[in-house]
Amino acid sequence: MKMKAMIPLGLFAVLVVFLAIGLTRDPREIPSPLIGKPAPLFTAPRLQVPDQQFSAKDMLGKVWILNTWASWCVACREEHPILMEFAKTKTIPVIGLDYKDQNVDGLKWLARNGDPYDLSVTDRDGRIGIDFGVYGVPESFLIDKAGVIRYKQIGPVTNEALRDKILPLIQELQK
Amino acid sequence: MKYALALILVLYCALSSWAGEAVPLAEDPVVEQRMIAISEELRCLVCQNESLAGSRADLAQDLRRELRTLVKANKSDAEIKEYLVSRYGDFVLYKPPFKPVTWLLWFGPFVLLIGAVVVLVRTVRRNLRGAAPAALDPDQRKKAQSLLKDTETPS
Amino acid sequence: MIPEIGHFALILALFVALALGTLGVIGGQQGRADWMALARPGAQALWLLAVISFGCLTYAFFTNDFSVSYVAQHSNTKLPDIYRIAGVWGGHEGSLLLWFVMLCTWMMAVSLFSRQLPDVMVSRVLAVLALVAVGFLLFMLITSNPFLRLSEIPAEGRDLNPLLQDPGLVFHPPMLYMGYVGMAVPFAFSIAALLNGRLDAAWARWTRPWATAAWICLTIGIAMGSWWAYYELGWGGWWFWDPVENASFLPWLVGSALIHSLAVTEKRGLFRSWTIMLSIIGFSLSLLGTFLVRSGVLTSVHAFATDPKRGVFILLFLAAVVGGSLALFAARSGKVRSGGAFALVSRETFLLINNVLLTTAAAAVLLGTLYPLIVDALNLGKLSVGPPYFNAVFAPIMLPVLFFMVVGSFARWKNDSVAELSKKLGPVAAVSVLLGCSAPFLAGPWSWLVALSLSLVFWIILTSLQHIYRQLKSTTNWKVIPLAYWGMHMAHIGIAICVVGITMVKAYENEKDVRMAIGDTVEVAGYTFRLTNISEVPGPNYTADRGIVELSKDGKVLRTLEPEKRTYFSSSMPMTETAIDSKLTRDVYVALGERLTDSATPAWAMRVYYKPFVTWIWGGCLLMALGGALAALDRRYRRKAAATVPTHAKGVAV
Repeated sequence: MKMKAMIPLGLFAVLVVFLAIGLTRDPREIPSPLIGKPAPLFTAPRLQVPDQQFSAKDMLGKVWILNTWASWCVACREEHPILMEFAKTKTIPVIGLDYKDQNVDGLKWLARNGDPYDLSVTDRDGRIGIDFGVYGVPESFLIDKAGVIRYKQIGPVTNEALRDKILPLIQELQK
Repeated sequence: MKYALALILVLYCALSSWAGEAVPLAEDPVVEQRMIAISEELRCLVCQNESLAGSRADLAQDLRRELRTLVKANKSDAEIKEYLVSRYGDFVLYKPPFKPVTWLLWFGPFVLLIGAVVVLVRTVRRNLRGAAPAALDPDQRKKAQSLLKDTETPS
Repeated sequence: MIPEIGHFALILALFVALALGTLGVIGGQQGRADWMALARPGAQALWLLAVISFGCLTYAFFTNDFSVSYVAQHSNTKLPDIYRIAGVWGGHEGSLLLWFVMLCTWMMAVSLFSRQLPDVMVSRVLAVLALVAVGFLLFMLITSNPFLRLSEIPAEGRDLNPLLQDPGLVFHPPMLYMGYVGMAVPFAFSIAALLNGRLDAAWARWTRPWATAAWICLTIGIAMGSWWAYYELGWGGWWFWDPVENASFLPWLVGSALIHSLAVTEKRGLFRSWTIMLSIIGFSLSLLGTFLVRSGVLTSVHAFATDPKRGVFILLFLAAVVGGSLALFAARSGKVRSGGAFALVSRETFLLINNVLLTTAAAAVLLGTLYPLIVDALNLGKLSVGPPYFNAVFAPIMLPVLFFMVVGSFARWKNDSVAELSKKLGPVAAVSVLLGCSAPFLAGPWSWLVALSLSLVFWIILTSLQHIYRQLKSTTNWKVIPLAYWGMHMAHIGIAICVVGITMVKAYENEKDVRMAIGDTVEVAGYTFRLTNISEVPGPNYTADRGIVELSKDGKVLRTLEPEKRTYFSSSMPMTETAIDSKLTRDVYVALGERLTDSATPAWAMRVYYKPFVTWIWGGCLLMALGGALAALDRRYRRKAAATVPTHAKGVAV
């Protein structure tokens, strides 16, 4: 058997390995380039008190989570109970970002489903979301005391993600 | 009388100009053109198989709005692309950036071409060297002839 | 009841295919004539079972049997009849069944049109194809059964994706699958040849028409897909380098190289390893394409609903088929050594150059398509590789192909000289460059790329005409000229026509994006569009806004165009139905956008395009396919095997 004739077979084997690994990946998921970078220092009007402004600078020195949600978002209902539970534990502040929503709809949604957030701000035109690299709802960002984004949850927060990634990281960051 | 006529004429012209040349959808066609040119090379993050220029998704419209602002502020192409890449990563570029992780991609076809040419030259050379076989001696000729007689249709 | 019959037919087909496959291969190895004789009737029985199964699924669609899960997902009582039939292949499971039916159709064709082939060959070829069928049957029966029943029968189905409710769905997938699956036939011929160790010019002559036939189907299938995207999506684009488009383009590129490599193997007994490799690679790319579309590893507009389990199965199947054939090739490569010689300047060399270029182009496209996957698999992040990359990389590799195509068709086999070729081609070359460089001035701003492309186009067309003219002049009875000769020139001219379309559209297309109220006009490239009316028009399963646009040029009204914006009941995404005025040298294209709510007078977003020579893209493809058909129907492929003796044919020109 000529060595040269084995080359195509060898190349194909490499290809199959890559394809097999590819089966375990999600090509639609876009990892955030902002991990390890400072979170955008935004100011936004509060949902419940629209003439008051909230500034991300207020949260410096604290570990906190920014969670994007919207009244039109179906998947947000999935993670909502988990967020409610998490809020009850009062581990860290959870700030909601009402993304591309009407105030009246957002308020109604919170009234109907419960409000896990310390406070919510509105991002009517989506600019804050864009600065955070949001491309879908819900997404959540874990931000440390120095204002650096340490973790991004793409899609609903699941119990596994909370247990395996978020809570351990919070513990570390609070030291 | 003349004034009435003039008035009527003016009114007529004004009225008929209402149905006129269609206005470009964009506020500023020059800015729009540059924005479209840039966003054609960018990927929509929601409808991931469309360019940012063509996608009708909400996020695409928002991003196009942001790009318009950047174009109006006279930012360079590189700066505009950087704006998006710093928020969404290289994924948003349809034209992969030239960096170590993409060297294989950009050099690959060229390397393949060179490799192909090498194979080509070798194959041609090999077949040049495999010149016409030497003439047969009488024994070999007899053997060849008997073989030819025995040959049947291939199976 | 009917769906169960369809299901049962598939199970039965599995056993038939298994029997056919194993007995055919073993029978061939052991020379058992009785087992080999099962091949033809076996293939025909398999075809019958495939048709029965497909018929049952079609029946379920046509009668709105929503107890079948697949029908409930892809159909709807309000769906027009024709789409109820075409909808059979609108989803994953049904399209697999279509794949299977196509495979059986090719097997049927091989069993019927192979009287001149020795039985051993036919039985081996059909056996290999049957084993491929086994793979697909297992895939369907285990992971993707189109006949699964629902326990709760919905009153109404989900409806066929509105994008698919178009005549394009009736023709594009079947044609494309015929091409994809057709690549299995030369593959099977190659495997058969590797198995019996006999790889001579006769083998090449038998394989060639089948490879050409598959290539023809791919050409038409791809062209149809491109044309469909053009008029359906409303963007005026016709090729997006989407992973699935690439998945169909790759076997086409390799198939083009294959039919030319077969030419050399047939004429001169050379390039045998190349030919075998190309046929294995061609079908492997078909299977790879199937994997990419159905496994979810790449995002694509064409991707079917994905399921990792299916991905694993196809990957295993791919590994088995391709791995097995490459291993066989490695084992038998010693026997495949080609003898014979050819000079540096000869037809063989030019065909080799172009084959190498085509294969490199295919490799580059494959690299770009798979790169995001590779980078992600290595945890190096997420990348996108899109049209800017492919356009930058593909064109430079393909342009030389256009040049050498001509030189190759003029050069003599085995030995020719630069002087001779220059004498024949020199004058035409000069004329081509002259015409190519001056033509752009007629169309718009001059660009060197357009000049280069058009020079090559003139080069191809004029040299073909010159060759034909000389040939006719030197032949007294032109009926003696083989069909393949006409086929070659027609196909090559077809490519030139296609390149004209691509070049002119890319360089000189024009578009305007405007807001139009009733009575407004917009002007593009000398054409004036006037919106005269918009009305609401109901459809069978949608409502539409239909605009009436008057098209005029130089003040004269040419016709009215009626673009629509449809909202289907089943989907929230509005669909554009474009209105196109198609003439030989240009398309004028109107797409109706959303209703604009920001002013008192009602206005709509409208996009109007001017696309010069765009229909030449697909016209060229059609010509290519016709040329291929002429070549495949050449009489020499229908001569009985007994009349020929396997030798190394020496330099006999066409």
